Amino acid sequence: MNTRFLEKEYDYVKPATLDEALDILAEKENVKVLAGGTDLIVKLKTDALEDMDIMMDINSIDELCGCCINADGDLVIGATAKISHLEKNDDIKAAYPALSEAMHAMASVSVRNMATMGGNFMNASPVADTAGPAMCYGAQVCLKSKKGERTIDATEFFLKPGVTAAEDDELLTGFVIPKPADNTGAAFVKIGRVKSDIAKVSITAVMEREGDTVKSCRLAMGSVAPKPLFLADIGAGLEGQKMTEELIMKTADQIRDFVKPIGDHGTTAEYRKEMSGLIARDCLMEAWKRSGGELA
Amino acid sequence: MSKHRITLTVNGEVHRLTVKSNELLLNVLRDRLHLTGAKYGCGIAECGACTVLKGDESVMSCLVPAVAADGWELTTAEGLVTADGELNVVQEEFLEKSAVQCGFCTPGMVVASTALLRENPDPTEDEVRDYLRGNFCRCTGYHAIVEAVLAAAVDAQNGGRL
Ligand SMILES: Cc1cc2nc3c(=O)[nH]c(=O)nc-3n(C[C@H](O)[C@H](O)[C@H](O)COP(=O)(O)OP(=O)(O)OC[C@H]3O[C@@H](n4cnc5c(N)ncnc54)[C@H](O)[C@@H]3O)c2cc1C
Ligand code: FES
Ligand code: FES
Repeated sequence: MNTRFLEKEYDYVKPATLDEALDILAEKENVKVLAGGTDLIVKLKTDALEDMDIMMDINSIDELCGCCINADGDLVIGATAKISHLEKNDDIKAAYPALSEAMHAMASVSVRNMATMGGNFMNASPVADTAGPAMCYGAQVCLKSKKGERTIDATEFFLKPGVTAAEDDELLTGFVIPKPADNTGAAFVKIGRVKSDIAKVSITAVMEREGDTVKSCRLAMGSVAPKPLFLADIGAGLEGQKMTEELIMKTADQIRDFVKPIGDHGTTAEYRKEMSGLIARDCLMEAWKRSGGELA
Repeated sequence: MSKHRITLTVNGEVHRLTVKSNELLLNVLRDRLHLTGAKYGCGIAECGACTVLKGDESVMSCLVPAVAADGWELTTAEGLVTADGELNVVQEEFLEKSAVQCGFCTPGMVVASTALLRENPDPTEDEVRDYLRGNFCRCTGYHAIVEAVLAAAVDAQNGGRL
């Protein structure tokens, strides 16, 4: 494996506008988008990418680089906004702590200064750290092509490893993430070999509290299935229940028993399963605490 | 394969170059501009040997297509030294604290540490270790490196040059 040079030959284009980019995607074959390149260039170097004739750099398209709160109070993240800028964004830290934590837990600062959330989604690894928080916060993924625009719920975006619901001629333009309700608490917990590593297993919880009961709960996990896993039923099962330490233990066991991870280099399936329960416990407790709740 | 005219500002100097679409920034810096501070270690953003600054932010130059860096202002470890050879406080403290053994990781370490201190002038030890988690050192065991960065923070607060 040669990682010193790029042996592959291709053309490079850098459209200045979204329209131009969508034209290129519609008209040309084998176009790959370059956002931060932290997955794309690694794949090019490790020969994991067969067909790329054109690399399309989207970093000059002004309307894709922002991050703001829109008129409805929802968070809007552009496709080329850098992970390092997002993780430090005050609005995200305050209202979407699990997302900020997941972003901070990714790779190293130099990688995060390059990487984007759009790239994390389009790369569609089961490990993708931003996927869990996005799914739990109810993020909508915005896609655009010459044919039009559409949004897909983050929980429906991932199909299998490396494959998403986006079509070849669609550009991921960004994300819209609804404003969390009052009394919402959220947390992200990840276990890796060392801090700069990808997750051996990760979990996100976003919980809404009403007094001492759970009003709603959304849970997701990374690295335990062929795609980022949204635990719809286990989360919904907590709704209306009075929160206790016992309930957290029971839910953590339920999660551990439910997931069917695989083993790979350095991590056994059993370890992933055991850790799933353990981090579920920590994550649920932290989310509940942050919602303002106390544990009976 | 397409070729492109690009402009790179490296350590304050403007370079106009023609690059092929598949040339990498690290190789352009080393082989064409003869700035050999940034090193090739892993080539896949896992070791930090190739770290350079884009503005005040560190990036891994092994993953950047040179053409995508058109217009960037870059600083390499060489650029942290003044024209008359004066090191910055991080470089000084790496020497002072013996944070250098074989030296292969050192340019990346000092560049990343400089970025840290420009962003966070008074980091805790944990913050230093967290910030440098993508810069690997095979020799020192990191202790001296962390000490050097913490000492450099104090120097910079006392008016030393970052
Ligand atoms: C050393 C290292 C450590 C890492 N650690 C982690 C980690 O801890 N957690 C984690 O989740 N990931 C990790 N990653 C993976 C990677 O950094 C992330 O997935 C990152 O978010 C990818 O973003 P990018 O902008 O660099 O994507 P790119 O590499 O630019 O793109 C990734 C893929 O998505 C496509 N694409 C990108 N943007 C768009 C768009 N807007 N529309 C359509 N297609 C698009 C590209 O064509 C490509 O196929 C790591 C990578 C490295 C090299
Ligand atoms: S050579 Fe770039 S990070 Fe290792
Ligand atoms: S001094 Fe040898 S790798 Fe760090």
